[in-house]
Amino acid sequence: MQDKIISAQNVEFHYTNEFEEDAPVKQVLKGVSLDIKKGEFTAVLGHNGSGKSTIAKHMNAVLLPCGGKVYVEGIDTADEERIFDIRQRVGMVFQNPDNQIVATIVEEDVAFALENLGVPPDEMRKRVDDALKSVGMYEYREHSPHQLSGGQKQRVAIAGIIAMRPDCIVLDEPTAMLDPKGRSEVLKTIRQLNRDFGVTIVLITHYMDEAAQADRIVVMDNGVILMDDVPREVFANVELMKKIGLDVPQVTELMYLLEESGLPTDTHIIDEEECTEALLKILKATPHN
Amino acid sequence: MLKDITIGQYFPGNSVVHRLDPRFKIIITGVLIAMLFSADSFIGLGVGVIFLLISFLLSQIPFKLMLKSLKPIVPIILFTSVLNIFFLEGVTIFKLGFLKITVEGLRTSAFMIIRIIALIMGSSLLTYTTSPITLTDAIERLLSPLKKIKLPVHELAMMMTIALRFIPTLIEETDKIMSAQKARGADMESGSLLQRAKALTPILIPLFVSAFRRAEELALAMECRCYQGGDGRTRLRQLHSSGADYFALGLSIVFFDLVLLLNCLMG
Ligand SMILES: Nc1ncnc2c1ncn2[C@@H]1O[C@H](COP(=O)(O)OP(=O)(O)O)[C@@H](O)[C@H]1O
Ligand SMILES: [Mg+2]
Repeated sequence: MQDKIISAQNVEFHYTNEFEEDAPVKQVLKGVSLDIKKGEFTAVLGHNGSGKSTIAKHMNAVLLPCGGKVYVEGIDTADEERIFDIRQRVGMVFQNPDNQIVATIVEEDVAFALENLGVPPDEMRKRVDDALKSVGMYEYREHSPHQLSGGQKQRVAIAGIIAMRPDCIVLDEPTAMLDPKGRSEVLKTIRQLNRDFGVTIVLITHYMDEAAQADRIVVMDNGVILMDDVPREVFANVELMKKIGLDVPQVTELMYLLEESGLPTDTHIIDEEECTEALLKILKATPHN
Repeated sequence: MLKDITIGQYFPGNSVVHRLDPRFKIIITGVLIAMLFSADSFIGLGVGVIFLLISFLLSQIPFKLMLKSLKPIVPIILFTSVLNIFFLEGVTIFKLGFLKITVEGLRTSAFMIIRIIALIMGSSLLTYTTSPITLTDAIERLLSPLKKIKLPVHELAMMMTIALRFIPTLIEETDKIMSAQKARGADMESGSLLQRAKALTPILIPLFVSAFRRAEELALAMECRCYQGGDGRTRLRQLHSSGADYFALGLSIVFFDLVLLLNCLMG
């Protein structure tokens, strides 16, 4: 039981329109079941409007399911009494770093959650410093957020969550607004947290190269989970991915095109080294003329 | 160009005045203001000014900067002194048509000018030596007893903090929107006042839309970080009062008493 951090069981959800009571309800989640294991790095893919953000918000009780159940370490998210226990265990990082930083000084922002939880000042100091160090932003602790780059701001936002010492972090397209440098900084930070600190990661993204680095990919389409497997297997379904409006990593696509043109290749390839090897094999196998 | 706007007028430094507990600084500024208002003779006013000058010298704030803070009040100074010089009855020393200058007029206007300048310098000294966020913090803590009478002290302080945090972001955004609209041919620099006001609409509307979206996302992010209002909150930054703070407060009270004493003696 305890190796499952999040367990969504047959979750159904629709947004209610406050202004038109009898507007037709559009089912956004149509029975989603998903278990997130401790220490796992899961990527969630799906085109816009497929319900990724909606399921993410179920993972720390920001939204409650209309049907089905969500458990966080065995706690039912519908249990209002334990809402802060849940939010401490599962932290959430959003797309726009500007809109999630509350304070005017980096270290005070990182302390925000701890202040809310009433952590004593000495303990807080230590946890803030640790959190800033773990995302590599310790030297910037006295800066004002608007002096930082996008990637740095997003790392501060992550530190603000890390300071709560959560078991799991859900990141909803954290790199979507960043330049390539910021993106790689943030992704590196996420992977470090996962590998070195054992933080469970749920990363929603629309960058295939980011998803390829995960242990597992969940593909959502139109409120249901379409695929749930290791990256290699998911990306091998090139046609299905394209049909639902998603890409595959460039190397997989190359292999796919070669295969289509009749060459003996394997679409279970997601990184460049493997790709080079496969290409070499093809070249050697093809008689020169 | 909008980026040049600074919020507050903090002048970073490490002087004795900078290092005082912001709560004490606010109270001492209050005592100084009381001193300046209760003084009813030049000597009394002089005592207040001496206290101000001591603090000013200790703060190591450049004199030029102080002069800059006085600039906006020049019209007020001129206006009050004109009123006082020309319209106060008394011993006339100069007369031109219906205008006459009296000794009383000169005295009162000199008194008023010194008082206004000292008031502005005193409050500027507070904002020059204390960062806006520290000031907000101190105000929250000073006002916290008022929570008992249901004044939303924490909420007000949180609003101030968030405003301080988002002003640079929104200024940057305004700049971006302005450039975008200019690139589309919007003309914002010519025409009558009304035309220019109208030209602001395509800037204000996207700005408001974005501000509301930001507010919604910020609220969500705060919720995810267990924000639940002011109850049971602790703070990272603790305010510590030291001997220096009590000494400074004591000194200001001594000066205040001196002013009151002078009032009795002179009156
Ligand atoms: N606050 C909301 N109110 C009403 N409908 C919403 C709201 N948020 C999202 N939706 C709708 O729910 C669907 C899924 O949205 P979302 O979970 O944000 O998708 P994704 O994150 O995968 O792009 C979309 O059709 C969207 O229009
Ligand atoms: Mg989304």
